[in-house]
Amino acid sequence: MTLEVALRASAPIPLELSFSVAPGEVLALVGPSGAGKSTVLRAISGLWRVSGARVTVGAHVWQDSAAGVFVPTHRRAVGVVPQAYALFPHLDAAGNVALALGHLPRVERGAEVRRLLELVGLAGLEARRPADLSGGQQQRVAVARALARGPQVLLLDEPFSAVDRPTREGLYAALMALRAVLSMPVILVTHDMDEAQRLADRMVVIDHGRAVAAGTAAEVLCDPAALRVLGLREAGAMISAVVAGDVGDGLSRLDTAVGPVFVPRVDMAVGARLRLRIPAHEVMISLDRPEGLSALNVLPVLVAGLVPGDGPGMMVRLALGDEVILARLTRRSVEVLGLAPGLACYAVLKSMAVARDQVRA
Amino acid sequence: MDWTALWLSLHLAVWTVALLLPVSIFGSWALARARFRGKGLVEALITLPLVLPPTVIGFYLLVSFGAGSWLGQAWTAVFGQGLVFSFEGLVLASVIVNLPFAIQPAQRAFEAVPVALSEAAACTGLSPLAALWRVHLPLAWPGVLTGAVLTFAHTLGEFGVVLMVGGSIPGETKTLAVSIYDRVQAFDDKGAGQMALLLVVISVVTILATAALSRRVSGGWRA
Repeated sequence: MTLEVALRASAPIPLELSFSVAPGEVLALVGPSGAGKSTVLRAISGLWRVSGARVTVGAHVWQDSAAGVFVPTHRRAVGVVPQAYALFPHLDAAGNVALALGHLPRVERGAEVRRLLELVGLAGLEARRPADLSGGQQQRVAVARALARGPQVLLLDEPFSAVDRPTREGLYAALMALRAVLSMPVILVTHDMDEAQRLADRMVVIDHGRAVAAGTAAEVLCDPAALRVLGLREAGAMISAVVAGDVGDGLSRLDTAVGPVFVPRVDMAVGARLRLRIPAHEVMISLDRPEGLSALNVLPVLVAGLVPGDGPGMMVRLALGDEVILARLTRRSVEVLGLAPGLACYAVLKSMAVARDQVRA
Repeated sequence: MDWTALWLSLHLAVWTVALLLPVSIFGSWALARARFRGKGLVEALITLPLVLPPTVIGFYLLVSFGAGSWLGQAWTAVFGQGLVFSFEGLVLASVIVNLPFAIQPAQRAFEAVPVALSEAAACTGLSPLAALWRVHLPLAWPGVLTGAVLTFAHTLGEFGVVLMVGGSIPGETKTLAVSIYDRVQAFDDKGAGQMALLLVVISVVTILATAALSRRVSGGWRA
């Protein structure tokens, strides 16, 4: 069932936005802190009653201010993973999950608790209290608890902000794996563009309670309105690659659809698939294959589109096989080179421009 | 040693705690959650017995329990006997006087439960009442227990209100505290001393037992 949200309020935070999320789709709400992202989630779950709102899931109307309908939170089939997880400290992992299973007959709850904890990779930790679980494990319990209710909508509020980087990687992978079994609309609130890009199908950029841009990551990241909010440094694209091996001088060779890319050494087995984030401001364009250049990575690409920015800059979308990378150039360069859609050229990228934390399994 | 008075005092304390417990649980939970105009006034009224002289509270209770009041008349109509100078009247007075002792610690404890947990309970599908039972009470019960213990100990020692509302009828309203006063008036310092010591011992044991119990139960998640 599709989630449809339309919110309008003036206080305490001005809000005016609407969007919908399809079943099984992951929508990321991104934007700076204080933009109103969490408020949107609170409005959907009913924890905050927005003065002008219409929230529906399929045929279920959760709120319709015009008709005076407001279903309280505990009667909305919504799964929420709150920011700091808010696990019940007096209950063990199994108890936390079981509390959300009130709709099942008592005899079936035990088996369902075990199934859910196994689903999130916590089999065997049923009897642990939250205080005895790591941050990552707590997040997994919170996910299991959110799913236990059989939610028609799953809301994740900055679910990775309370754990450290290495833990986050594992949780990303877990969430990606979980997507295969999630059939409801999912909303992920995050201020981390990279996270949104990796986990979500689509994103809505929010600023001051308004949606300033919406679409796929590739669309949003070329959108000047979105970049004004997110910061130009966030502009970048992800391409997939396969680890081809260590080349001996501290670099690794990765094979992409259009040839090898050399990056600082990646600690992954040969043959491992990974995603590489290429920041738009690190990419140069050359009409001919450049010679005598220090940059190691020269990739043949096709200009796929040009998006003018607010200032002197322009975002150039470059097709690389069936993937797209972004190059942020000046308008002047675009004119001088005569860049136009369909033109074949070369994207030039310094190896050192790809930081180690921009390579992901 | 006035065993009848001791028995009566314990009886009164147990009844007071038993009747006040549900009032304190629901009342303090509601006060901790509710935001309404006049909440300050309600809290002030509940606190009043803490600051008023017992004789003043006793006087007002005596008047409102008396045969001239609607409460006194209704009580007599239903039970066939008056409310003042009876054990039942004493219990009712004791419940009212102990409201602040029972409610305040419990309210503080309910207020200390993070809002995020209340919200998580709602998101988990628990109705407000189910959330009270499954989340708030398990987390706040040391406060509720503290209130109950204070009530118990305070009821054993209450003197002024008991004397005003109950008089000093042996076996009906003459509690241990009143009996001690009687003994002193009769220059029986030995008898008074024994009973006073007994009250001290009962109070200390109750408080220690509660502290130990609450440490053992809450230690699991507080640590």
